[in-house]
Amino acid sequence: MFNRGAIINFRGVGHHTVDNVLRLGFATRFLVLTILHSGTCFRRMHLITRELYYTGVLSMIIIVVSGLFVGMVMGFQGYQTLKTYGSESALGVLVALSLVRELGPVVSALLFASRAGSAMTAEIGLMKTTEQLSAMEMMAVDPIARVVAPRFWAGVISMPLLAAIFSAMGVYGGYLIGVVFIGVDEGSFWAQMQSAVDFREDIVNGVIKSVVFGIAVTWIALFEGYDAPPTAEGVSGATTRTVVTSSLVILGLDFILTAFMFRGI
Amino acid sequence: MVEIIGVSYSYDRRRPILTGINMVVPRGKVVAIMGISGSGKTTLLRLIGGVMKPTTGSVIVDGQRTNELDRDGLYRMRRRMGMLFQFGALFTDLSVYDNVAFQMREHTDLPETMIHDLVMMKLDSVGLRGAHHLMPSELSGGMARRVALARSTALDPSLILYDEPFTGLDPISLGVTRNLVRKLNDALGSTSIVVTHDVQEALDVVDYVYYLSGGKMVAHGTPEQMRASTDPLVRQFVWGEADGPVAYQYPSRDFREELALV
Repeated sequence: MFNRGAIINFRGVGHHTVDNVLRLGFATRFLVLTILHSGTCFRRMHLITRELYYTGVLSMIIIVVSGLFVGMVMGFQGYQTLKTYGSESALGVLVALSLVRELGPVVSALLFASRAGSAMTAEIGLMKTTEQLSAMEMMAVDPIARVVAPRFWAGVISMPLLAAIFSAMGVYGGYLIGVVFIGVDEGSFWAQMQSAVDFREDIVNGVIKSVVFGIAVTWIALFEGYDAPPTAEGVSGATTRTVVTSSLVILGLDFILTAFMFRGI
Repeated sequence: MVEIIGVSYSYDRRRPILTGINMVVPRGKVVAIMGISGSGKTTLLRLIGGVMKPTTGSVIVDGQRTNELDRDGLYRMRRRMGMLFQFGALFTDLSVYDNVAFQMREHTDLPETMIHDLVMMKLDSVGLRGAHHLMPSELSGGMARRVALARSTALDPSLILYDEPFTGLDPISLGVTRNLVRKLNDALGSTSIVVTHDVQEALDVVDYVYYLSGGKMVAHGTPEQMRASTDPLVRQFVWGEADGPVAYQYPSRDFREELALV
């Protein structure tokens, strides 16, 4: 009734699906364990501050430069479009709302996944490959509490801060191009922005998005590293998966969160 | 100190890794587990460390059956154990000093001044007190192994496990490491289990040898008994003979057939 090739393909799809569901289960268990074993790092805050430096502070350069350039490009593009309708003075609103609602959380999360997420996966994957995690286990120290949890909370804390810096730099970039370079009225640039940007609807929703992205990216990065096969190929594959999966998850979550937050009501 | 009774281990029914292992490691002794690669030595060491649980049989460490211990019980047991990994497994983001201090900071409330003195004593015992400020990436293979040895004895463990401690070392480092295994065991009053296939180095320092082959314990005795053994398996291993019961050739079809000559 069915040819052999179709059965093999069908079986392959089933196998792949079961594997992915199982992996999602392991990842969820890993997240729960990470949260349950976070006591140690909260009692010893220096474990988190050290990771904040590596994940947050060292990501600043790419975030600051990207934010500035995205804002400057928006200044040019926004001015071109708004000029058609004679509303150049609304340039500040356009730049600020685009950044705070969407570009800030999403682009900074994508950059964070590429810069800090990949580094986390590679570091933990290599720690596993070189038996550092096994050594910790043998010393009666839980690697999830000592290695994973501090990195997880550092990622969750740094993400909204990086998104805020990205948005601030973007607004400044828009100001540089719109006001300083093109000559849009400075008073209306800032005043319209101030009146149009709502704290609850725009800023808080943007922060919620970046916190969710922070949890997702850090979770994916840490799990991929912890679950990586202990070989050079395994770690490189896990690092690639971190960037690809995180990027897709950020975009998917952004759509879902946006649908809930900005329904036009 | 360690008693292994009728232990078998397998990942699945078709692939037994260890079968019917019986072994006793008396307190204060240095015991070697030897065998060719893939004979199940490291698996046996992991069973003793409680990393894996035996499929059947019991592993008793210091009076406790490891397979009956929960996670907290295992961690309590491991605080009295030290393990030296094959390539040291030093924490690459910590200095030599912090590596040795790691367990002291994790498991004790000792003041930093006391930790400093203890770390220096441990590093001095392996001859690397002057290297305390270096990072693991700045150490040679032999130095890294010695730092790892200092780290594994940081809390004066009553049982020290060594996983291939002599692999990949130059002759000088090898000699130093070999002597340290004995010296540290005697100085700390510990018990040591050394998994290795470096025969001559191990036979020089250990008190007793267990020889594994194909997941089974095929011979055991003192180093002298092993050297004098007439068992073909032991002889081939101890004297490094290319052919014997362990065949040089991996099972394959007839060579003439392979070359299409028949």
